[in-house]
Amino acid sequence: MTGLIAILTVVLLAVIIVQLARISEIASKIRGEESVRAQVNNRTAFYCLVFMIGFLIFCIVSAWYYKNDMLGYGPHAAASAHGGSLDDMFDITLVFTGIVFVLTHIALFWFPYKYKEDKSRIATFFAHSTTLEIVWTAIPTVVLIFLVVRGLNVWNNAMADIDPEEDYIEIEATGYQFAWDLRYPGNDGKLGTRDYKMINTANNPLGQDWTDEKNHDDFLPTELVLPVGVKVRVRITAKDVLHNFYLPHFRVKMDAVPGLPTYFIFTPIKTTDEYRQELRKYPAYQVPSDPTEPDGPQKWETFNYELACAELCGKGHYSMRRVVRIVEQDEYEEWLSQQSSYYMLNIRYTENDPNLDKLIGLEINQRKQELKSAFDNAVSMGDINTIRLKNVFFETGSASLKNDSKYELDYLAELLSSSEGLKVELSGHTDNTGESEVNMTLSQSRAEAVRDYLIGKGVSADQLSAKGYGDTKPVNSNETEEGRQNNRRSELKIISK
Amino acid sequence: MAHVAVDPNDKEAVMIEKTGYDDHFHDHHHGDKYQSNFISHYIFSMDHKIIARQFLITGIFWAIVGAAMSIIFRLQLGFPEADLQWIKPLLGKWIVVDNGIGSLSQEFYYALVTMHGTILVFFVLTAGLSGTFSNLLIPLQIGARDMASPFLNMLSYWFFFLAGAVMFYSLFLNTGPFSGGWTGYPPLSALPQASTGSGTGMTLWLISLTLFVVSVLLGGINYITTILNLRTKGMSMWRMPLPMWAFFVTAVLGLLSFPVLASGFFMLMFDRGLGTSFFLNEIFIQGQALDRVGGSPILYQHLFWFLGHPEVYIIILPAMGIVSEVLSVHARKPIFGYQAMVLSILAIGFLSFIVWAHHMFMSGVNPFLSNFFVIFTLIIAVPSAVKVFNWITTLYGGNIRFNSAMLFAIGFVSMFISGGLTGIFLGNSAIDIQMHDTYFVVAHFHIVMGVAAFFGMFSGIYHWFPRMFGRFMNETLGRIHFWGTMIGAYAIFWPMHYIGMAGVPRRYYSFDTFESFNHFGPMNQFITIAAIIVFGLQILFVINFFYSIFKGKVMTEKNPYGANTLEWTTPIEAGHGNWPGKIPVVHRWAYDYGKDGREFIPQIEPMASDEVAGDH
Repeated sequence: MTGLIAILTVVLLAVIIVQLARISEIASKIRGEESVRAQVNNRTAFYCLVFMIGFLIFCIVSAWYYKNDMLGYGPHAAASAHGGSLDDMFDITLVFTGIVFVLTHIALFWFPYKYKEDKSRIATFFAHSTTLEIVWTAIPTVVLIFLVVRGLNVWNNAMADIDPEEDYIEIEATGYQFAWDLRYPGNDGKLGTRDYKMINTANNPLGQDWTDEKNHDDFLPTELVLPVGVKVRVRITAKDVLHNFYLPHFRVKMDAVPGLPTYFIFTPIKTTDEYRQELRKYPAYQVPSDPTEPDGPQKWETFNYELACAELCGKGHYSMRRVVRIVEQDEYEEWLSQQSSYYMLNIRYTENDPNLDKLIGLEINQRKQELKSAFDNAVSMGDINTIRLKNVFFETGSASLKNDSKYELDYLAELLSSSEGLKVELSGHTDNTGESEVNMTLSQSRAEAVRDYLIGKGVSADQLSAKGYGDTKPVNSNETEEGRQNNRRSELKIISK
Repeated sequence: MAHVAVDPNDKEAVMIEKTGYDDHFHDHHHGDKYQSNFISHYIFSMDHKIIARQFLITGIFWAIVGAAMSIIFRLQLGFPEADLQWIKPLLGKWIVVDNGIGSLSQEFYYALVTMHGTILVFFVLTAGLSGTFSNLLIPLQIGARDMASPFLNMLSYWFFFLAGAVMFYSLFLNTGPFSGGWTGYPPLSALPQASTGSGTGMTLWLISLTLFVVSVLLGGINYITTILNLRTKGMSMWRMPLPMWAFFVTAVLGLLSFPVLASGFFMLMFDRGLGTSFFLNEIFIQGQALDRVGGSPILYQHLFWFLGHPEVYIIILPAMGIVSEVLSVHARKPIFGYQAMVLSILAIGFLSFIVWAHHMFMSGVNPFLSNFFVIFTLIIAVPSAVKVFNWITTLYGGNIRFNSAMLFAIGFVSMFISGGLTGIFLGNSAIDIQMHDTYFVVAHFHIVMGVAAFFGMFSGIYHWFPRMFGRFMNETLGRIHFWGTMIGAYAIFWPMHYIGMAGVPRRYYSFDTFESFNHFGPMNQFITIAAIIVFGLQILFVINFFYSIFKGKVMTEKNPYGANTLEWTTPIEAGHGNWPGKIPVVHRWAYDYGKDGREFIPQIEPMASDEVAGDH
C-alpha cells in the first residue's frame, strides 16, 4: 500500500513539475532569455557549493552515526586472529581514500562555483602542465604501492595453508540447497573419505565411505562449535551448486565448489560469551531481543555468531543459517563427548553397513579401553579381582577360538606382559545344557586354549594357569536364553600380584 | 601535433584546404535511394544517425524495464511485510498471497535481480550507451559520410533488437526468466533441477546474449574500421576529440573480450544440452548423483570475467569520453592534459584484460595467484586518478555554463570518484575477504559503473539532443532531473556502504533469518523510498525526452554551444552523408577554447600563419 501511495505521489509530482517547467520556459521568454539564463547559471553555481557542503557533512555524520553497526568498529571487533589485520587494512585504505574523496569533492564543486560563466571574460587557456601531471601520477602510484604491499602481506598471512606440525582442528562444511552440513573428524582427528555417488539423503547425506575407518567416528552436529584460541582449518565443499562459507564476525569467506574442495583457516579469539559481554556495553544491545516480550532476554544475551551463505545458490540462498558457538576448551571437550558418530548411530548393524561381518577399529578400541579399565581396576582393588573376558568367543561346541577373539587376547597379552609377577587364572564356564562332564571338559580345554594363545603371544607361562569350571559357577539363571548366554563365558582372575 | 603548412604550389592541396575535401558523394545517387521510403529510412535504416536513435530509444525502453524491476525487488527489501497484491495484475502467480497478504515469491525476486543486472549491463549501458553515441558521433566527429559498413551497422542494431526480443519473451515464461544472477555461474545455471529459472529461462538467456555478442562484434568492427580508415583530411589520431578515443578503445575491448564470453556460453550450452561436463563435477542434486565429472565451475568464472571486467570499462569509457567533451565545451576551456587523457584510456583498456580474477579472490582459485591480480587491479587506479585530476583541472579557470549536460558531467566525476575509491578497497584481496559479495560491492559498482555511466549517458543525451532531433530538451526539467538524481542516487547507494560494512551479503531475499543482518530495516526503507523517487525522476526525463522531440525549443543555429568539433558543422537537418557537398577538412585539434583571446576556434578553421598549435 505504501508503495502504491508513493508511486501515485511521484506521478502527481511529475505532472506538476512538467507544468512548472513549461511555465518557467514561457516566463523566461517574456523576461528575456539571456538574462534569465545568466541568473539561473549563477544560482546553479551556488547550488553546487551547497551540495558539496551538504554532501560532505552527510557523509561524515552518517558514518559516525552508523559506526557501531559496522564490523571492525565499536562492539564489532573481529573475533578471529587474522580479522583484525583485515580491519586495519580497511581503516588505512579509508584514511587515504577519505582524504582524496574530500579534497577532490571540494575542488570539483568549488571550481564550478568560482568559475561560473561571466560574459565579460574568456576562460584561461590552460591545456596541460607536465609538472602537475607528473606530480599527480606519482602521488597515487606511491600510495597504491604502499596499499598493495601492505594488503598482500595481510592476504598471504591470512590465506597461508596449515603447517602440518601445528596443532589444529580440521572440520568440514558442505553446502547444499539450502543448508550447511557440518562434519567433525571425531577422536581420530581425521575426516573420512567421501564419494558423491554414495550420497543418500536418507542415511548418508555426505556420501561417506563406510569402509574407511576414518569415517566411523565422524559426527555431523547442527551447530558449529569451536574452542577459543585453537586454529581451525575448515574444508569447504558443496554438493549441488556454488555456495560460500561466510562467517562475518570472523572475516571468513570462501566459495564452496562441487567437486573442488577449498579451505579457510582461522583462529577464533573470543568466545560467544566474551562477545556478548562486549555488546552489553552498548545501548543498542540493551533492549529486549523480542520486542513483544519486554521482560525477556536482552539483545546482547541472545547474540550468536552465525554462518551464512554468500554465493547465490537459488531461491533459498538467504536462509542457510547455522549458529556458531565459540567456547572454552573444557566446554568444547564436554560438547565433543556428547556427540555421537553418525555411523555408529545410523549405519552400524543396519543393512547399509558394509562392515557387518567384522569388527571395526572403533569397536576394537572401545573393547581395549573396557578391558584395560577392568584390568586396572582388578589389579588395584583387592575385592573385585575377576574380569570377564567379554569378547573371547569359541566355535560352537569346540575349543577353537573365533577370529574376533584375537583383539581382546592380543591386548590382554600386552597387559600381562607388562605386569611382571602378576599371576592369573584363566577360567572357562558353560551353561547347564548338555551333560555336565562334557561341559567340564569343554570349559577346561577352552581355558587352556586361551592360555596357549597368550603364551604364543609372549606371555610367560609362569603367570598363567587355566581351569575349566563347566556349569558349576553360573552368574545368571539358566532358565532364560539371556541368562544362559551370560553363563557361557571366559574369565580372568588375579591370583597374586 | 604541429601544423603542416600546405605547399602553395600543390593546387589540389590548396583547394582542399580552402573548400573541403570532395569525395564526389553526390555523384552517386545512392543517397536518395537509401531513404526513399519509411521502412528503409526509419526501420531498416543504414544511416548511422537513425541507427543511433534506434539504439537510444531501445535503450530507454530497457532502462525503464530494468529500473522498474529494481523498484519491485526494492519493495521486498524495504517493506518485506507490505501487501503487494496490487502488483498481482502485472506479476500474476509470482505474487504469492498468504493470509490476505501478497508477497513477492523468492524465485521471482531472484529472477528480477538477475534480469535487472543483465538488462542494465548489456542492453542499457553497453548497447544503449556505446551503441547510441558511437553510432551518432564517430562519423560526425571524424568527418565521415557514414560508418565503414552501413549494412553491418544495421545488422548490429537488429541483432541487438532480436536479443532484446528473446530476453523479453523469457520474462513471460511459465517457469520464469533466468534467476541465477547476471553472471550466470554454473552449476546453478547449468542444471534445470537447481532452479526453475535455469530451465527454458536460461536457454533463452543464453540465446539472447549470444545474439547480443554478435551485435557488439558487428558494431565494434565497424567503429574500429571507421575510426582507422575514414577520418577526414587533417584528422590525425592525435587530433581526434576524446569521445573518439574512448569509443575506439571500447570497441577494441569488446572485440577482444566478447568472443571469450561467447565461448563460455557455448560450453555452457553443451553442458546443458549435450551432456558434456566442462563446468560440472561430482554433483548430487535433487536426490540424484549426476554422471558428470572432470569439469570445473571456476573455468566458467574465468571465461566470464575475462569479458566481465573489460565489460565494465566498455561501459564506463564511452561515458568518460562524452564527459571529457562536455566538460571542455561548457567550461569553454581545453580539456586538461589531452595526451594524458588518451594514454590513460589506453592504459585502462590494456590493464582491464589482466585484472579479471579480482572478481574471484574468494572463489577457490589459488590464493597465490591473487597477488598478481591485486597488483594490476590497483594499478588501474593510477590512470583513473589522472583522469579525475584532469577533469577537475579542466574546470579550473573556466567560464562555466551550467546546463543539464554540464551538470551531469560534473555529477559523473563525483560518482566516478566515490565509486572508484571504494574499488581500492575491493581490489585489495585482504579487504575483499570480508567485503566480497556484500552490499559494499553493490554500492561500489552501482555508483561507479551504474550511476556514473548513466550520468555520462544523460550528459551526452542533453548535449547532443539538438544534433539528433534539431530541438533542445527542456532545461528546467533537466536541472530538476539532475539535482534529484544526484541527491537521490547517493541516497540510494551511499547507505549501502554501511550495510556492506556490517557484513550483510547481497542477493538476500530477506534479512530476517540472520540476527547479524536484520537491523537495517529503517535504512532499507529509506533506500527503497529514495529509489522510487529517483525512478520517478527518470520517468520525468523520459517525458522530457519525448516531449522535446516534438515540442522542444527549436535549434536555430548550427553550432549552438560554440563547440569546435565537426558534428556542429553539419546542417541542422543533416541528411544521409552528413555534409551536403564536400567533407570538411580539419586543421587543428578539437580543444582550442579560450585560445588567443577567442572563445572558441572550430577544427575546420585553418591555422593562422603565426599561430602555435594548442596541443603543442
